[in-house]
Amino acid sequence: MATYRLNVNGSQKTVDVDPSTPLLWVLREELKLTGTKYGCGISACGACTVHVGGVATRSCVVPVSLIGGPIVTIEGVGNDPVGRAVQNAWVEKDVVQCGYCQSGQIMSAVALLKATPKPTETNIEESMGGNLCRCATYVRIREAIMSASQQVK
Amino acid sequence: MRTTLKTENLNRRSFIRLTTAAAGGLMISLYLDKPAAAQQSQQPKVYPPDAFVHVRRDGHIVITVNRLEFGQGVQTSLPMILADEMDADWAKVIAELAPAADVYKDPLFGIQMVGGSGSIAHSFQQYRELGAKTRAMLVAAAADRWKVTPDQCRTENSIVYGPGNRLAHYAELVDAAARKPVPEKVTLKNPSEFRIIGKRTPRLDSQSKCDGSQKFGLDLDLPGMKIALVARPPVFGGRVKSIDDGDVRSLDGVRNVFEIPLAKGSGVAIVADRFWTAKQARDRLKIDWDLAGVEHPDTVQLLARYKQLATTDGTVALTRGDAKAMDRIPRADRIIAEYEFPYLAHAPMEPLNATVKFEGDKAEAWVPSQFQTMDQMAVAEVLGLKPEQVTFHTEFAGGGFGRRATTDSHVPREAALIAKRLRGTPVKLIWSREDDVRGGYYRPMHVHRVEVGVGPDGMPAAWRHVIVGQSILAGTPFAMMVKNGVDETAVEGTKDTSYDIANFYLTVHHPTVNVPVLWWRSVGHTHNAFVMETLIDELASRAKVDPIAYRRKLLKPDAKKLQSVLDLLDEKSGWRKTLPKGRAAGIACHECFETAVACAVEVSLENKRPRIHRATVAVNCGLAVNPLTVESQFQGGLGFGLTQLMAHGAITLKDGRVEQRNFDGYTPPYIADAPMTIEVHIVPSTEAPTGCGEPPVPVISPAVVNALSKLTGKRYRTLPLESV
Repeated sequence: MATYRLNVNGSQKTVDVDPSTPLLWVLREELKLTGTKYGCGISACGACTVHVGGVATRSCVVPVSLIGGPIVTIEGVGNDPVGRAVQNAWVEKDVVQCGYCQSGQIMSAVALLKATPKPTETNIEESMGGNLCRCATYVRIREAIMSASQQVK
Repeated sequence: MRTTLKTENLNRRSFIRLTTAAAGGLMISLYLDKPAAAQQSQQPKVYPPDAFVHVRRDGHIVITVNRLEFGQGVQTSLPMILADEMDADWAKVIAELAPAADVYKDPLFGIQMVGGSGSIAHSFQQYRELGAKTRAMLVAAAADRWKVTPDQCRTENSIVYGPGNRLAHYAELVDAAARKPVPEKVTLKNPSEFRIIGKRTPRLDSQSKCDGSQKFGLDLDLPGMKIALVARPPVFGGRVKSIDDGDVRSLDGVRNVFEIPLAKGSGVAIVADRFWTAKQARDRLKIDWDLAGVEHPDTVQLLARYKQLATTDGTVALTRGDAKAMDRIPRADRIIAEYEFPYLAHAPMEPLNATVKFEGDKAEAWVPSQFQTMDQMAVAEVLGLKPEQVTFHTEFAGGGFGRRATTDSHVPREAALIAKRLRGTPVKLIWSREDDVRGGYYRPMHVHRVEVGVGPDGMPAAWRHVIVGQSILAGTPFAMMVKNGVDETAVEGTKDTSYDIANFYLTVHHPTVNVPVLWWRSVGHTHNAFVMETLIDELASRAKVDPIAYRRKLLKPDAKKLQSVLDLLDEKSGWRKTLPKGRAAGIACHECFETAVACAVEVSLENKRPRIHRATVAVNCGLAVNPLTVESQFQGGLGFGLTQLMAHGAITLKDGRVEQRNFDGYTPPYIADAPMTIEVHIVPSTEAPTGCGEPPVPVISPAVVNALSKLTGKRYRTLPLESV
């Protein structure tokens, strides 16, 4: 066990965990931020996507001991204008079905729009290409990203 | 009743008999309010609640949903039905998922469940009547207050209006209304009077699923809760011979390691404070398995066996016309087509889980369950309790597609077995993704062998069809659906085809294989529609007839729903227009769960894979209760159906072991694999609503390969689609 200080959604948190523990399980079990989801544990589905130092990161494969920057999760992404625009677009387009993957989808979409405010279909497929949705809400995800990009300066 | 909506599809007589028999006082179980002390919204819900509607004094209307919400949108559309007949203010509606209780059983199936695309179809009438009765009681209370008759009152948006500009909000009438008798009979609205039904209504669970606040079964957190994983035998049915937990007990946070029986064989439960600890412990555990005496299935060998079986007649599922008609058709006019379909995992995004707390004389369970009645019974049985001693909470599920409707309830059963050892401690059992992918309960592997004799007019004159695949239902509580040795779920979509083929002979083999199988969204239609719709397409090409015209000609005159969707597709899809070079259009149509679907896709080849530029769907699902949900179900259902076209869309076994472990080896469709745009067109209808969960799935794969065939000249009969 070791102690780690993490900046999560703007707050300082201290956790005492095994250094190999993936960030995902620290968020979910230690900090009770269950909006970040476990889907595969091998960075193959994107349900666990969070931002670390502004970069979309698969939290299921990154040990807490390697975390170097501030963390933003689905619970905090709405504090940011781009994050809020994406969440609003998702609601407006009625994207979700079961909803389980959508935290990860939204986090990937926010990262995309921060880097590329006016994405092409190719940009969307590249950035969202690793986020699996078994309900296959993909056409609405495309629409919501395009809609959010209209709101983002 | 003024309604013109037909309910014959439900078989009205059995509907009434089942509701009264299975649900007891279903129609009198609504209540309007609790004493003031129970009014706080944060108040834990009293189980078992006995109601579908709770009109709170603050004006909110809590509507209980007798189904699991796992994406299909019933948590919005069932309340829409009730709220409409109740003339409720939709903005004040709160939806809650029902726990397991008799009153919430499916009126047709007699158990509490989601399946057979029946949530709306089976509960439409039920929720309408509940809404109308609630409204009648509120009106009666208002009429009393004003000393007028109920028919002098009208309702709108949670307000009763009476003569002389009098009005009363539902909220102020609840106490008086609760003392009114529940009317036996009510008049339902004419569809033209619907205010909510038929309107594109956004989901009630959208916001919570976009801000991370929606809790799923896996997110449950209870005081003192432990996490359990199970080490499972590498071959189905294997048993634990010995356990070496020397490297495990020293891990900080590991609480228990013990053997438990599984549905097949046995496994080792690891109970820990945290998931990561349990996972590390499971990885380090050394288990010697006894695999002797269990069959080691192997895909290569199974395929050879299935293909051999397919060359012989099996148990007759259907004989129509002359079984010998084929003999009279010249060999040059016969098509022999052999199809292969692999095992498919459902792989819902939320891994399987169940949480159980056992307290000796009672228990509590939290399960994202499609089969509450059976899962509750299973937990009770394991714990030596009666079902009613197990408080069973329905948790939101991250997908399911049939995987959470198991006839043996193995997931909650395992959780109960573990919780039984840890009396007083809540235990959350998690199936890791690896457990899920390798854990069985797959869509069965199939081989079809079809011989079609083509008549001089280019139409099928004789059809001999052999299907080989495990029975899903044999040996389960649903075995009554295996009739004369034929599992109806294996032949659905072929046996009941709407194509008018005079001489039709269908037989089936159900080999027994040591691989657990299960229904996978749209069940038998997944493979049967693929076979039928690719063959019909091939016949149309051979006859040089337009694929829609050919289908129209071959459809039975009474296949009105299918005719209607082909007409609408033709009108809307523009699929006949000249496409850019390198693109082709493909067509398929299919009817299942009483819903007809026609689909057109525009496809090109990109890196030797199909690229689906657009898809157009026409659907006839009777009255579309929430057209927005119907559209979403069809858009998503097409994507789900593409699972079986993915290059790595197969579960295979070698020497008894599943060869895939996770999404790296079993790869469902990602965004680039799905159609880039999907238009959904709904045939206007006031017929009774029919299912929308499963009907989207079967059409897409045949439509795509029909387009590919135009591009490459090849026919595609082996899935997954490894090479094009």
